[in-house]
Amino acid sequence: MTDKNNLIVYCEYEDGKVADVSLELLTKGRQLADKLGIKLEAVVAGSNLKDIEKQIFPYGVDTIYKVDDDRLYPYTSLPHSSILINLFREIQPRIAFMGATSIGRDLGPRVSSALHSGLTADCTALEIGDYTDAKTGKEYKDLLYQIRPAFGGNIVATIVNPECRPQMATVREGVMKKEARDSNYVGKVVELDVNKYTRPEDFVVEIIDRHVEKSKVNLKGSPIIVAGGYGVGSKENFELLQKLADTLGAEVGASRAAVDAGWIDHDRQIGQTGVTVRPKLYIACGISGQIQHIAGMQDSSIIISINSDPNAPINTIADYVITGKIEDVVPRLIKYYKKNSK
Amino acid sequence: MSLNIIVLAKQVPDTRNVGKDAMKADGTINRAALPAIFNPEDLNALEQALKLKEMYPGSKVTVLTMGPARAAEIVREGMYRGADGGIVLSDRAFAGSDTLATSYALSAAVRKIGDYDIIIGGRQAIDGDTAQVGPQIAEKLGIPQITYAEEIMGVDNGVITVKRRIESGVETVKAALPLVVTVNGSADACRPRNAKALQKFKYAAVPSEVAADEAKQAFIAKRPYLNIGEWSAASVDADLAQCGLAGSPTKVKQIENVVFTAKDARRIENTDEQLETLIKELIANHTIG
Repeated sequence: MTDKNNLIVYCEYEDGKVADVSLELLTKGRQLADKLGIKLEAVVAGSNLKDIEKQIFPYGVDTIYKVDDDRLYPYTSLPHSSILINLFREIQPRIAFMGATSIGRDLGPRVSSALHSGLTADCTALEIGDYTDAKTGKEYKDLLYQIRPAFGGNIVATIVNPECRPQMATVREGVMKKEARDSNYVGKVVELDVNKYTRPEDFVVEIIDRHVEKSKVNLKGSPIIVAGGYGVGSKENFELLQKLADTLGAEVGASRAAVDAGWIDHDRQIGQTGVTVRPKLYIACGISGQIQHIAGMQDSSIIISINSDPNAPINTIADYVITGKIEDVVPRLIKYYKKNSK
Repeated sequence: MSLNIIVLAKQVPDTRNVGKDAMKADGTINRAALPAIFNPEDLNALEQALKLKEMYPGSKVTVLTMGPARAAEIVREGMYRGADGGIVLSDRAFAGSDTLATSYALSAAVRKIGDYDIIIGGRQAIDGDTAQVGPQIAEKLGIPQITYAEEIMGVDNGVITVKRRIESGVETVKAALPLVVTVNGSADACRPRNAKALQKFKYAAVPSEVAADEAKQAFIAKRPYLNIGEWSAASVDADLAQCGLAGSPTKVKQIENVVFTAKDARRIENTDEQLETLIKELIANHTIG
């Protein structure tokens, strides 16, 4: 294990399947590793990990660190943190990614604190570039640009970690594209001894009950999304959006403001702190268009904006702009769709 | 059994319903246009702490916040709702802190408080949404963490039981005290102000708030419960190299007010005719239907 200063992705898995978000990060990781001329590595900790590498190698992974032990699944903070902290001290990654999931957001900060390395949460873009410290004038080559909306999504910040390693970032599911590199790609597997990387006292948190609920909402997979924002105005008006969605065979989504207002469940939130979607058609109803929302839907093929404000920021990225009230426009769209569809 | 509970709270600009005047013409934030509020998920955390206080009489709830002296507002707010007191950690040396430097400073303050069983805070603050400070404090104190908590079920023989809500469902976990718990917005809302507590703590203040008012100082001196702690970096023995900008590994390279590459949007008049034409077009090009 002498390879150092590479790019590593912490891979999550459930039911024997590596999580999509981890595969998306491996895809992005491969691109950046190529650019930097370094290796792509993965670390996975859990139980029954036999053959897990078959799912990971096709993404162009050169080394997989595997820690297989019954006590490592389901995930708990301390043993997984210890594994990463100890492994990272050994292999000194230049860059480390994890999913901005309840696991990655629990694990990442703990690891970054122990290693005194910078961590940027919920990045929407990751790039490589140079940086000059404005105070010292010191130049840094090939840093990781961690780009994320900040301040409730009103600005976009580019964050760098000039001195500390690894440069750590979390990214939400669906933000990066998932694309295998080569189905025949094979790297090496390094099995790690759990007892060397964890301490007995790491296993103090005990999961006594686990109730897995499958999400009923499939925003990511829906070709049409009818989304509502603060301008929808009420829970009742959201029912109008639901009617339009039912008519078109679409899912209902929402901006954060609508979720915060309590008009709709948070699992329908689209944006940087919600789900990222790329549907064929996105109908934005009463959504003003904060960056934090646009970050999660700007790659939609066609965007229709319905807003009473003709100057709503979202109109600048829309293909069609309808200026009017939701309760006025939406019922008529339903009516004309019914009239014209077979 | 009584518990010593520290509630981590942050005063944040209300970024949720940002009006048009929130950004200045030069693309920077107009903080003055945003009201300062008690971070919403920290209120959920406070409620869990107050519930524990009811379950285990004699327990003590202390609100800890880092920020300017003005942040005493949220400590008072916490006291109006049932907290016993609080501390504002305030020093120029903390300016420019990223999450790591923030967690360092707060963990130093927690160490100074010393006697704690549960440190509880919101999962994340709405001005940053990072969810990092809680776990980082846990790591710095060398204690376990339970994140994404929705309900603290109880404490028995030094073992806490917590229900967590995560993407995949619900998990119930047990861990030994002391520990850090971070609470989701899906947890119970915080109780409102209590009229008696409001009466009692109305004049609570940090020393710098009453620095120019000798009468108020004398009033508070006679009533120690009105004294909100105001701690500096020195008073929590913080290593200045780990505070503020110096202690922050992450640097902001640039901040932009994003300008979207404007598409050539087609304006659809809000008339029956134009709406129907749009629908027909979308059907014809197989976008819908």
